[in-house]
Amino acid sequence: MDQSDVSRAGLREPLLAVDGVTLQYATREQIVTATHRVSFDMFGHDRFVLLGPSGCGKSTLLKSIGGFLKPVEGEVRLNGRRVSAPGADRMIVFQEFDQLLPWQTVLENVIFPMRTTGRFPRSEWADRAAAAVAKVGLSKFADAFPHTLSGGMKQRVAIGRALAMEPQVLLMDEPFAALDALTRRRMQQELLDLWAEIRFSMVFVTHSIQEAIILANRIVVMTPHPGQIIAELDATGFNYDQSGSDEFVAFQQKINDMLFGHEDTAHG
Amino acid sequence: MAEVSATQEVGFVELAARPDIERPRAPAHTIGDVAQDLGFRERLFDKTWVRRALVLVVLGIAWEAYARYAGNELMFPSLSATLDAWWQGMRSGVLISSVYGTLQVLLLGYAVAVCISVVLTTFAISTRVGTDVLATMTAMFNPLPAIAILPLALLWFGLGVTSLIFVIVHSVLWAVSLNTLTGFLSVSQTQRMVGRNYGLRGVNFVVKILIPAAFPSILSGLKIGWAFAWRTLIAAELVFGVSGNSAGLGWYIFQNRNALETANVFAGLLTVIIIGLFVEGVIFRTIEAATVRRWGMQG
Repeated sequence: MDQSDVSRAGLREPLLAVDGVTLQYATREQIVTATHRVSFDMFGHDRFVLLGPSGCGKSTLLKSIGGFLKPVEGEVRLNGRRVSAPGADRMIVFQEFDQLLPWQTVLENVIFPMRTTGRFPRSEWADRAAAAVAKVGLSKFADAFPHTLSGGMKQRVAIGRALAMEPQVLLMDEPFAALDALTRRRMQQELLDLWAEIRFSMVFVTHSIQEAIILANRIVVMTPHPGQIIAELDATGFNYDQSGSDEFVAFQQKINDMLFGHEDTAHG
Repeated sequence: MAEVSATQEVGFVELAARPDIERPRAPAHTIGDVAQDLGFRERLFDKTWVRRALVLVVLGIAWEAYARYAGNELMFPSLSATLDAWWQGMRSGVLISSVYGTLQVLLLGYAVAVCISVVLTTFAISTRVGTDVLATMTAMFNPLPAIAILPLALLWFGLGVTSLIFVIVHSVLWAVSLNTLTGFLSVSQTQRMVGRNYGLRGVNFVVKILIPAAFPSILSGLKIGWAFAWRTLIAAELVFGVSGNSAGLGWYIFQNRNALETANVFAGLLTVIIIGLFVEGVIFRTIEAATVRRWGMQG
């Protein structure tokens, strides 16, 4: 079963190809290399997690996939076409709560990208938006303004807004990092439930090993200075219920060792 | 010292264990009301307009009391005398036509300034050079009092409405532009990226993301601009009096001072204050309530 999956994966075209991408950004004093010749292939329906400590360039890499940053070397291809500018086929969910536009209600926020891109016929906007809001469990708050919502609810709206556009790939930049631990845990499960229902493709950036293992079917492990990919691991068959199991702990330890060496143990 | 090193040798010493305690949840009906309504007085004083009205009443009483104590109608008329003069002015129509004349010029100048400001800031935000141009120009011209360029305006445009408009535009334009530009520049990076993620660019990006996101600053710029316009116009009218066929409030104040009708002078000033309070307290507050307050962008 696994074997045939892998071989099929080898045959079909990747949905998203990151091909020898070197990214640099300028600060006031110097030019910093964020990633150095990183490559990976991501396939349809993948829950693809970029994992690494801060400064490993994972967020910068995600911004480059989003089209906000041009690689100085290599290229990013979506369905074989080179990514050169931001676009709504790669909807992004950010970490910051202010990604919801405060002057629009929840429903208007979900409709907004449809309106600006003309993605669906105008007559479908309201229904699609309402369905997306319902999907993330916020129907009661459809007409509320973002400032009246909690952090977790805001992130749910952002996820609903992104999914409503039916993007080729959903890009998530540490969307749960600013949430409290209990909310975070619930959001992870909700995201997996949504995936089971819609089977969207996503690239998810996180610095939490546990979050990566729970969410991913595929984990890219990155190290900093400059950002490089040191491993691409299969993480199918791990979910939250097994987080105490020996296999889970062993897998967690393995990634931990990759990142920090053998002498160090995970903290949180 | 000896004690410290002794504990360090022992290392981590755990405290004595205590038994676990678990408690059943109290049924909701035994707890009673979780939330209680505030009393009438608390709710009354929670209203901003009630508190502000109270401030006005106190100031009015102080004015009346001092004026009666001083007892010099020529130098400092009382509140009642001022209100009387104001009412007479309104009834005779002199004050109304003055207000009308002034407001007409004011609104025209204000509108022109805001339109120019929109064009300037849109240009400024689109390019880096534009930002530098606008930042330099506001730094140069914002501190320059409008009244100081009035002689120049008179030389260029003559004694007329055009000169008035010119100085109003000058006083409003830089204040509004400066605030709008500052607002644009401080729009959060996340909201910018959200807009660009949906493919918004150029004017569309400005209209759909930057303007609403920067609305608190824009609104405060419009308020400052409005106050500047008032001051400038009244001052300008005081300097050269009649503009064309309409005499404004400034002229009304100036003329009555010459005639030593001090109560009328106060009535003219009171009118400026009333209009100011109305615009701030009703018009701008309504806009705020419908926008930035509703959106939770301003407390």
